[in-house]
Amino acid sequence: MKITLKLYASLARYLPPEAVRNVIEIEIPDGASVHEVLDRYHVPRGEAHLILINGLYVEPEQRDEAIFRAGDVLAMWPPVAGG
Amino acid sequence: MAWQRRLLRVNLTAGTCVEEPLNMEWAMKYIGQRGLATKYLCEEIDPKVDALSPDNKLIMATGPLTGTMAATGGRYSVITKSPLTGAVACSNSGGFIGAELKQAGWDMIIFEGRAAEPVYLYLENDQAELCPAGDIWGKSIWEADEYLHTKYQDPLIRIACVGRAAEQGCLYSAVVNDLHRAAGRSGVGTVMASKHLKAVVVRGTKGVGNVRDPKAFFQATAAGKKTLAENAVTGQGLPAMGTQVLMNVINEVGAMPTRNMRDVQFEGAHRISAEAMLEPRESDGKPNLVTNAACFGCTIACGRISTIDPQHYTIQNKPEYMHASGGLEYEAAWALGCDTGVDDLDALTYANFVCNEDGMDPISFGSTVAAAMELFDLGAITTEHTGGIEFRFGSAEALTKAAELVATGEGFGRDLALGSKRLCEKYGHPDLSMTVKGQEFPAYDPRGIQGMGLAYATSNRGACHLRGYTVSSEIMGVPVKTDPLSTEGKPELVKAFQDATAAVDSTGLCVFTTFGWTLEDIAPQVDAACEGGWTSESMLEAGERIWNLERQFNLDAGLSKADDTLPKRLLKDAAKTGPAKGMVNRLDEMLPLYYAARGWTPEGAPTDETRQRLGL
Repeated sequence: MKITLKLYASLARYLPPEAVRNVIEIEIPDGASVHEVLDRYHVPRGEAHLILINGLYVEPEQRDEAIFRAGDVLAMWPPVAGG
Repeated sequence: MAWQRRLLRVNLTAGTCVEEPLNMEWAMKYIGQRGLATKYLCEEIDPKVDALSPDNKLIMATGPLTGTMAATGGRYSVITKSPLTGAVACSNSGGFIGAELKQAGWDMIIFEGRAAEPVYLYLENDQAELCPAGDIWGKSIWEADEYLHTKYQDPLIRIACVGRAAEQGCLYSAVVNDLHRAAGRSGVGTVMASKHLKAVVVRGTKGVGNVRDPKAFFQATAAGKKTLAENAVTGQGLPAMGTQVLMNVINEVGAMPTRNMRDVQFEGAHRISAEAMLEPRESDGKPNLVTNAACFGCTIACGRISTIDPQHYTIQNKPEYMHASGGLEYEAAWALGCDTGVDDLDALTYANFVCNEDGMDPISFGSTVAAAMELFDLGAITTEHTGGIEFRFGSAEALTKAAELVATGEGFGRDLALGSKRLCEKYGHPDLSMTVKGQEFPAYDPRGIQGMGLAYATSNRGACHLRGYTVSSEIMGVPVKTDPLSTEGKPELVKAFQDATAAVDSTGLCVFTTFGWTLEDIAPQVDAACEGGWTSESMLEAGERIWNLERQFNLDAGLSKADDTLPKRLLKDAAKTGPAKGMVNRLDEMLPLYYAARGWTPEGAPTDETRQRLGL
């Protein structure tokens, strides 16, 4: 299935060169987990702190589960904060 | 102790500068800075006073750790009654002037009265002198800063100054120090200008000694610095990306107030984000961001130093804007950008420079422009009012022209200088003002982050993210992750953040340390610096005491439970997109529980028992 992958801040370095403004559409196997997507793009699991699917937080215990549906948007950040 | 144990009382009416001992009994209860100065304000003015009358006072206050070697120990605050909200105002700034004031031998300056003619205060160690400011009244902050540095031939003097906007009565004027750091919110600069006080010039060479336990202080501050350096946010994220890293985060979670909060996601967010600030421009191949920058004693260095595209329309024939200066923080980028629908990074940077140069709070300014754009959209404001400007959402030209007009108090800028609440009232649509207690919202839509709705509604200085930043928990998971779409546990969460922040704001430290520190890290530093036996528990209690003191000031000023609310739009109009689609802010579920958690009556007043418990 196709999903959209967004990697921001220091995670942007793991994006394929064809990504535009931190965003790329990718094909993943049915049943893939968040961690499998991370591994495929060589994003160290410890660096991906804030993980959202369609803007909703993915709990750490959900990151090995098959939770994707076609068209989902997966967005990730390292630890960030602001004000 | 790290206190100088004295304050300077400046009576502008009489033209006198008098030394007084600092009330150390109060310092034991209110820590310093925000807490201690609020205590002085409460004791010295009638809360019902007209904020712009000579009877209001304006206090510049440091904390016990200001000017010391503690990481980020350079903060000072400006405390007064706000002309924007009618509530207590306390605006916090970094840069270098806070530390300089402490090193000149002073913990605090209290300004009272009003000078007959414009003056500035020159303070060099023990020497305090009021000087005529005729040459700089009517000048921008940047011009006045250059004049004063040239006059005194001393590159190390530190200057806090108000701009032309404040002189013209703009109700959200800031006190800007070190060119682009600001005590920004609630119109503290408007009060300063109303006293005909243009600037405060400080040179201090005394240092800050009298640390209670030097060995423990070295150990505690070194441990604190190590923690900040090893923390991914304070050691890596903030210095690299600044607060602007949140632009894409908050947009993704559907809590980005957009077009005067009509929408909760902005399609142009990525074009004005931290990531965009790093992209090379076509014109000169350079990115917007030149470097990061640190305030006094700061080991985080989140500040942004930026340039505008040399080919951008805003700076043609304006060489003063072609150099690097204070760039966009997240709040400014949001207010000037998402809320107005403008996605032109250089236009935003220009508007931000103008806000710095003439001392306007970019949050309130941007939000007021957004309200004006909605009024224009409805036909309530026309080009006849605006002097021919098409005030449409998304218009960079309208935004940048508006900044120039407010800065100089010309034309439609006089209406925009009223702030969103008074502007919307004037043009017959009070419900379109996105404010609490008359102060404009910051960059988190409370339909998508429920706890922030309660934090805004109950903030003692009107809508503000820095009075209780539950975003930290609801979005970033610091110290624990909570669900931003749920109201469960939020009353207690908001109270905890408000009390802890009031304590941190009273120390002389930056609140951004709390992304890496808790009060367990801060208390040993304060305790080693000062007598008082400070622990994390006693600091939290002091924070609660400060919060209740501010609340009591506001109640005495005439505010009430009716002011602890949000605009109808956020309570009635559901978010249209994103995770919060279909949701409003459920303030009614949270407010009664919050009052109960605070030990307040159902009408929102501290009970006698609460006042007794806190020693009020």
